[in-house]
Amino acid sequence: MGAKWADVSVGMSIPELKKNCSTQQLVLWAAGSGDFYQIHYDQDFAKGTGLPSIIVHGALKNGFLGQLVHDWIGNEGRIKKYGCSYRGMDMPNQDIVCKGVVTKKYEENGEKLVDVEIWTEAPDGRKTTPGYATVKLP
Amino acid sequence: MAEAEKTPLITPEMKAQIGVEGHPTTLEVDKTMIRLFARAVGHTDQVYYDEAAAKAAGYRSLPCPPGYLGTPIFNPAGGGRRGPAEMGPGPQPSRPLRRVLNGGTEIEYFDDICAGDVLTATSHLANLEETAGSLGEMLITTNKTVYKRDGKVVAISTGTGIRY
Repeated sequence: MGAKWADVSVGMSIPELKKNCSTQQLVLWAAGSGDFYQIHYDQDFAKGTGLPSIIVHGALKNGFLGQLVHDWIGNEGRIKKYGCSYRGMDMPNQDIVCKGVVTKKYEENGEKLVDVEIWTEAPDGRKTTPGYATVKLP
Repeated sequence: MAEAEKTPLITPEMKAQIGVEGHPTTLEVDKTMIRLFARAVGHTDQVYYDEAAAKAAGYRSLPCPPGYLGTPIFNPAGGGRRGPAEMGPGPQPSRPLRRVLNGGTEIEYFDDICAGDVLTATSHLANLEETAGSLGEMLITTNKTVYKRDGKVVAISTGTGIRY
């Protein structure tokens, strides 16, 4: 069961989603997304571009944020819009905690809508992928 | 640095590309790719894996997980692997920039997109900006892609690329 509009209030947190990517998951993502840039699976290549190690794909973190929102709203709700900025790097084998807070609750064109601020958090507390979503709820 | 600032990175040829629509790309949405994408993210909702669960939840077939907008048809004989944005390098900045970062993504949805759908995507360069930041001089490129199914817009994605 997903979130109901009547039960949502501004300022409330949505349930967290914790991720921790293995290098295997990054390879799986490369296949699923079609992004085969070597900085995400070839250590030597990544270091050659000046990175400290291979890094997690930004679009995978976008996918995590999509799951965060989907798991919260369920299949009676719909994502109208969502996006994020890739501000900081995340490394494999480190926690990536996806979080969200409701920022606005309103009705528009007969639809019950909610805006949420969403982000991924690295172990040191950096918000590496800040974003937002607008969802329609039952 | 002061001298370098006199010559913009963005050339008139680059500016002329703003708003010019690229060639349409066909994207297929199929069950296998939806399952692979959902598995790569780590989705646990059965609607992304089990067609009966998807239909019970009101979808026509497996729905696209957030962030997935179909897969361009790969053909080694020609065409881009990832769609129109990568079909060609296009006009280049006045000074070479070696590195690329994905700056951000936004997707706006207008309908469910499900397995079996065939989408036509058309991209255009929406904006160019140059700034100087911690990474040195940066070129920020915004691309928009409009996804249609049977002529109806089902999603619009906006991607920001950073070159430095």
